Amino acid sequence: MTRLMTAAWDWFDARMPSVAEEFRKHASEYYAPKNFNFWYFFGALSMIVLVIQIVSGIFLTMNYKPDAALAFGSVEYIMRDVPGGWIIRYIHSTGASAFFVVVYLHMFRGLLYGSYKQPRELVWIFGVLIYLTLMAEAFFGYLLPWGQMSYWGAQVIVNLFGTIPFIGPDLSLLIRGDYVVGDATLNRFFALHVIAIPLVLLGLVSAHILALHDVGSNNPDGVEIKKIKGPDGHPLDGIPFHPYYTVKDFAGAVIFMMIFCAIMFFVPEMGGYFIEYNNFVPANPLQTPAHIAPVWYFTPYYSILRAVPPLFNSQFPGVMAMGISTLILFFLPWLDRSPVKSIRYRGTLYKSALAIFVVTFLVLGYLGTEPVTVWGQSGAWLGHADRATVAARIFSVIYFLFFFLMPWYTAIDKTKPVPERVTM
Amino acid sequence: MDKTRRNLIIATGAVSAVAGVAVAVPFAWSWWPSERAKAAGAPVTADISNLAPGELQVVEWRGKPVWILRRTKEMLDAVKKADDKVSDPKSEVPLQPEYARNEYRSIKPDVLVLVGICSHLGCSPQQKTAEAKGEMGSDWAGGFLCPCHGSKFDLAGRVYKGAPAPVNLDVPPHMYLSESTIVIGEDKKGA
Repeated sequence: MTRLMTAAWDWFDARMPSVAEEFRKHASEYYAPKNFNFWYFFGALSMIVLVIQIVSGIFLTMNYKPDAALAFGSVEYIMRDVPGGWIIRYIHSTGASAFFVVVYLHMFRGLLYGSYKQPRELVWIFGVLIYLTLMAEAFFGYLLPWGQMSYWGAQVIVNLFGTIPFIGPDLSLLIRGDYVVGDATLNRFFALHVIAIPLVLLGLVSAHILALHDVGSNNPDGVEIKKIKGPDGHPLDGIPFHPYYTVKDFAGAVIFMMIFCAIMFFVPEMGGYFIEYNNFVPANPLQTPAHIAPVWYFTPYYSILRAVPPLFNSQFPGVMAMGISTLILFFLPWLDRSPVKSIRYRGTLYKSALAIFVVTFLVLGYLGTEPVTVWGQSGAWLGHADRATVAARIFSVIYFLFFFLMPWYTAIDKTKPVPERVTM
Repeated sequence: MDKTRRNLIIATGAVSAVAGVAVAVPFAWSWWPSERAKAAGAPVTADISNLAPGELQVVEWRGKPVWILRRTKEMLDAVKKADDKVSDPKSEVPLQPEYARNEYRSIKPDVLVLVGICSHLGCSPQQKTAEAKGEMGSDWAGGFLCPCHGSKFDLAGRVYKGAPAPVNLDVPPHMYLSESTIVIGEDKKGA
């Protein structure tokens, strides 16, 4: 049997050696730093979630109907009548939130260890593109159940484009394909969600990994392991990705899947954060739900959008602020002027800035899930403004300051000397 | 490289690029509203004979909610009083037909016709009567609140200062066929 398999493999390898070659290049002979820690699970985990989403998504399309009159009912049909349908749908809805959880942690890892810094700028840029594409994918997918939140969420986001001066109104008409979000909108969002955006995502993920494997992985010390090589030509501080990190990631995946399944089986709605309660009500174009909020992973940006008051009779400045708050990520490699990469060797300034940024992101995220009246109105000295709006304005400013002041505070920050080799 | 061949390659490349853009046209074109969607945007008629003073009726036009509110004397007074609290008291931004560009933003003072879609990002505001002072503040005289981003409007659909919405609510083209019948989406000029 073994002999037969070896012979079969040899036959294949003689005809298509690039399979083994690529495996060596990207796994068994890809040397990754030996000091990866907990934060290095999330890249592999995002790939796992991507596969989960593609597989569960394919099976959902087999019973889902992208038709304004049938969509809501077909989702209920999947939940109640299709054998195992509820598992598949909860896998997909939990996967959507899990995707953002792991991607946010993965990005935070980049901030911790300066993984976006030279020579990994392209890795970071492809990563930000993946993040933006993922947001588009999540947004298009959220319309499909055709519930109240699907409908009004789409209405708000499409109208964001309507605020662009001159071309805006026509642009949002073009996106909707109707004067309101309707059947035409649902049908095209379905096409974008199940085929167009996933193809773009797969392409970007490939580019992200190829760019990473060309320059090599960063590590918690921010040391370039390629600088010191052994007599065999491999980095002294590197170990082959396969089997060392495939095994490590496999262990991480097991823990992750335990948490994933616990959520999926016991709290798939996550108290209204993963699936909003209003989405169990069919879309009604004549009535906006009393409280409308996007899903949790969009809420920091939504807070920024809400915080900016209109200028010159236009709400475009708020939309611009929201756009800039995501697009500014592209410039991170050039905003950061620190000579060191890792947080381990940075000074107090960057450490405090990052801590404040994390708190800011979380507070903006929280405020975005709540109505602006959540904290009541302020006193007369602030013109009776909603307290939550005032808070969102302050934290939005801090959000931008983290980036805009970065060239300054990273340059004057007192750094510690970086060791030659990685520490464990 | 041979100059003629080089020029031919450049020419071929340029023509292909033009063709590539041309191919994108039908795809982008298919995203405009279809003839069926356009036809669905026809005017609608509303009967307001049973609309009591202070009552709000909602009709659907082009898939949007259109409010018809019969205002009481107190409500009209509240509109007058709100003049200094709203950002465009004289309706200078052209969001209403000329015949509704007046103090109460309506043809007949008591009957208000508005598109119930927030000028901010398109949610549908909710009516908050003068009784909702507990939630809206002690000086609230009635009006509308957008649940999405908290914009407040008065009883003529004018936006309060400091709200995220930049301008007032739309008054759709409309006309009276009789004392109690309104056509929305069409007026005497046939617009």
